[in-house]
Amino acid sequence: MTHAVEPKVTLDLARGLGLTADEYDRIIERLGREPSYTELGLFSALWSEHCAYKHSKVFLRRLPQTGRRVLQGPGENAGAIDIGDGWAVVFKIESHNHPSFIEPFQGAATGVGGILRDIFTMGARPIALLDSLRFGDPADPRTRRLIDGVVSGISWYGNCFGCPTVGGEIAFAPEYAGNPLVNVMCVGLVRADRIFRARAEGVGNPVFYVGNKTGRDGIHGATMASATFDEHAEERRPTVQVGDPFTEKLLLEACLEAMASGVVVGIQDMGAAGLACCTSEMPARSGMGMAVELSSVPQREEGMTPYELLLSESQERMLIVAARGQEAALQQIFAKWELDAVSIGQVTDGGDLVVRHRGDQVAHVPIEALAEAPMYEKPYAAPAWLRERQAFDPLSLPEPSDLGAALLDVLASPTIASKQWAFRQYDQQVGINTLVLPGSDAAVLRVKGTRRAIAVSTDGNGRQVFLDPRRGAALAVCEAARNVSCAGGQPLGVTDCMNFGSPERPDILWQFAEAIEGIAEACRALELPVVGGNVSLYNETSGAAILPTPVIGVVGLLEDAGQLATQWFKGAGERIALLGPDAVSLGGSEYLWARHGRLAGTLAALDLETERRVQAAVRAAIGSGLVTAAHDCAEGGLAVALAESCITGREPMGCDVTLGAEGRRDQALFGEGPSRVVVAVEASRQREFEALMAESAIPWRWLGTTGGDRLRLRMGSTTIVDLGLDSVEHAWRNGFEHHMA
Amino acid sequence: MRFGVVVFPGTWSDCDFHYVISEVIRQPVKYVWHRDRNLDDLDCIVLPGGFSYGDYLRAGAVAGRSPVVEALPEFLSRGGLVLGSCNGFQILCEAGLLPGALMRNECLQYRCQSTHVVVDNVETPFTRALRPGQVLQMPISHGEGKYHADIETVRALRAHNQIVFRYATAEGKVTKAANPNGSLDNIAGIVNAEGTVLGLMPHPERAAESAMGGTDGLLLFHSLLGSLVEDGTFSKR
Amino acid sequence: MKVRVLIRLKPGIMDVQGAAVQRALGGLGFADARGLRVGKLIELDVDAATPAQARNRVDEMCQRLLANTILEDYAIDVEGAERLAPSEQVR
Repeated sequence: MTHAVEPKVTLDLARGLGLTADEYDRIIERLGREPSYTELGLFSALWSEHCAYKHSKVFLRRLPQTGRRVLQGPGENAGAIDIGDGWAVVFKIESHNHPSFIEPFQGAATGVGGILRDIFTMGARPIALLDSLRFGDPADPRTRRLIDGVVSGISWYGNCFGCPTVGGEIAFAPEYAGNPLVNVMCVGLVRADRIFRARAEGVGNPVFYVGNKTGRDGIHGATMASATFDEHAEERRPTVQVGDPFTEKLLLEACLEAMASGVVVGIQDMGAAGLACCTSEMPARSGMGMAVELSSVPQREEGMTPYELLLSESQERMLIVAARGQEAALQQIFAKWELDAVSIGQVTDGGDLVVRHRGDQVAHVPIEALAEAPMYEKPYAAPAWLRERQAFDPLSLPEPSDLGAALLDVLASPTIASKQWAFRQYDQQVGINTLVLPGSDAAVLRVKGTRRAIAVSTDGNGRQVFLDPRRGAALAVCEAARNVSCAGGQPLGVTDCMNFGSPERPDILWQFAEAIEGIAEACRALELPVVGGNVSLYNETSGAAILPTPVIGVVGLLEDAGQLATQWFKGAGERIALLGPDAVSLGGSEYLWARHGRLAGTLAALDLETERRVQAAVRAAIGSGLVTAAHDCAEGGLAVALAESCITGREPMGCDVTLGAEGRRDQALFGEGPSRVVVAVEASRQREFEALMAESAIPWRWLGTTGGDRLRLRMGSTTIVDLGLDSVEHAWRNGFEHHMA
Repeated sequence: MRFGVVVFPGTWSDCDFHYVISEVIRQPVKYVWHRDRNLDDLDCIVLPGGFSYGDYLRAGAVAGRSPVVEALPEFLSRGGLVLGSCNGFQILCEAGLLPGALMRNECLQYRCQSTHVVVDNVETPFTRALRPGQVLQMPISHGEGKYHADIETVRALRAHNQIVFRYATAEGKVTKAANPNGSLDNIAGIVNAEGTVLGLMPHPERAAESAMGGTDGLLLFHSLLGSLVEDGTFSKR
Repeated sequence: MKVRVLIRLKPGIMDVQGAAVQRALGGLGFADARGLRVGKLIELDVDAATPAQARNRVDEMCQRLLANTILEDYAIDVEGAERLAPSEQVR
């Protein structure tokens, strides 16, 4: 037989595959010779930014990763945290930004597929998905097509697979127009002593390929994710993978069954860089080697070369290291679920990856070389123009004369407005675990067989991070944790998705470095380990980068599922309180953007100790049954939080609230700042609540009462907002949806 | 009452029905694999929601021709009952065990939301515990729930009182606004002529615990349990 | 033998998807697109000695699975055989 003639390996070829001249030299040095074409392919994928985190690793190390509940930190396919009663949560967030711009439906769908596999490869059954999405202007038809494609893709994959989508966010800014962000988080449950890892162990153990056949999908998807877009972005269409959620569901059941039966030694899903990644990462973790014969790989295209077989990103495939002697048992399980399960090699010692194709050796590489991509410490510096932006004083703009109209405008801002248009396309309840559906601060899911529940939220704010990366990123951590606390959950762990422009630009890398510092500081103060995450760089088109956007996912625990809280007012005549400090700012606020089209100013001060105490106070109040509603103040400030508490419940419930008499009215209403929570307390429990707040040593005060059908806000004795709930709800409900009708 | 919950490749509400039947109404329940034709020791078969075979070709098309579904006519003739929810309803129509077909939602989008249905027929084993005109609240979650049948079929359904549930307002009014998917005549659930097979698009297993938002779905199960006569057979229509 | 099957909604059945697609075309400046309906094309190879045998085999497949005869009509096209006139094809 004859191979198709492999291209001659040259520096130009290496460059075409995304490697630098320096990296090419390193490869030659490491191998002691020039690589073969197939070997070059392995390096180009494994050493891509997407797989190797070359620019970001030096910073990611600064994140706190340990804690007494951490069962698995970064380094595996997802993180794991002990939640008691013998259970653990496995979770991670991942991005699929570049593919979603090229082909929104399949890009988003395969993003969901990828993160689901990252969870069930650890032995956990996925129980929840959350999607954090960012787009340009929804008034632009191209953006609307992107939104529609992405939401449909997530809906199709998640629904067909059978994992509920219980939360997430959709935000808008012009900086995302050519580079939408699609971050998907998945949470799964597993018995704490049955977590599986992606390690190749046991010399002679067979290596099984299971799942869908391999085609030419997404070859060099990893390198596409590591490159910025230019005018030719549309032409890259063929590299997008196509998902098959039905097969993924079968794969889930077969893998969990195989794991339960004791035949699985190690397992990893094939994601970015497919087989190349698995055959090197699995033995890398255990210091072993691997030998594979590619012609055994189930193929759905003819004439696939070894290069293609290794780099294909065909979906719904896993690599399993099985216990020797148990091959038949494994194959029987996969046959029942009508999936291919083929032995393609075995674990070896010696630390090398040896790849054959029809008996001929096409690659022989020390695994350490593949796993040790260069780490870069490129220069970074704050951009010169940032000072000027920060120096802007939002109070130099005139106050609106009609604050009620201003509130309606802010509520109708697409970032703040209702996202029901999206959520109702997602199955939110399959599994019958969802205690709190999308629409409150955090989703809550029960853990059947226990009294416990988990609370989950994802949050990010590109504008705030743009104006002050360190503080903005810290604020994002605080907000995600605060949302979990507002549901009654004790935050236990973090997963982060870092979405940034090109790290080769010093100002972008500075944003990244500062953001990591901010996340680290906040996580340390709140005692939250970062157990896994994702970095997506090069999110820019023709030199224009996205807003630097860390998206933070937090998982928390409710010891008693009966003690959960939701954000809407429940009854009339209840007292409303505001927990937290008065420090707010219009800088970087949604109000400043929606009403004045500006992204400027400085952010409110952040005191992490106060943040910690406010969250503890909220949880204590919820746990004692003292509050009937709790809602975090986020985008849009206090006025929006109050409006949302009035209108997002099943029955609208008005309120009458008095703010302090001093200061700018628009700042009091729409200023944004951390550590602030609105709660409602039954009148009869007022004294108890006051005693608890005194103990909590936090700033707080009474604001007013619930009741009626109007939203009334006063400053001192002046009524500054008096709106019927009908108009409030109308603005909020239609602000985003009317674009998609 | 002995329940069997059928599992096709791609089904996902099987676990939910199993949980509700065993933990909430505390009845014997087991999973039935799609290749299994032996339904001897079962009284009621549940075809749950999900995307059997990915909904590929048409929802329920492939599952409707599987061994377990082919064994259903014989099971029914021995006195068994069948409840099909969501994908289960689609499968029953594809198999010809119920008349008509389910098409893509008129809004062309998947819809997951709470709905109200009004009960039009309380003489089936599935609805005997209900009052005529009673309104139940149950969630739906589907992309292909628009019921369709030709004129003669609809006439027959009406003549034989086979329409069991229709989408309605909370007050029980059958209106266009209350119809989430464009179903003919707001039809949400029907039985066969003998009253032994119920197909409905809503998910009763998702409305079986107050923590999940409501318990109206339990009423179907209570009707079923109440339909058991002393000698182990069922009082049907 | 190569066979193609065109599956269409029966004439009386409302095609919501087709209507939406027609509106979308209108929005892009194609106001002259009318009567748009969306169907399915299935292509397959079958073992058969003659086109007639291939047609019968695939007809059975349509009746059994490929088409839902409550909602859909189908037309079978065997490569190399004469196309039957529409009135002879539609079931």
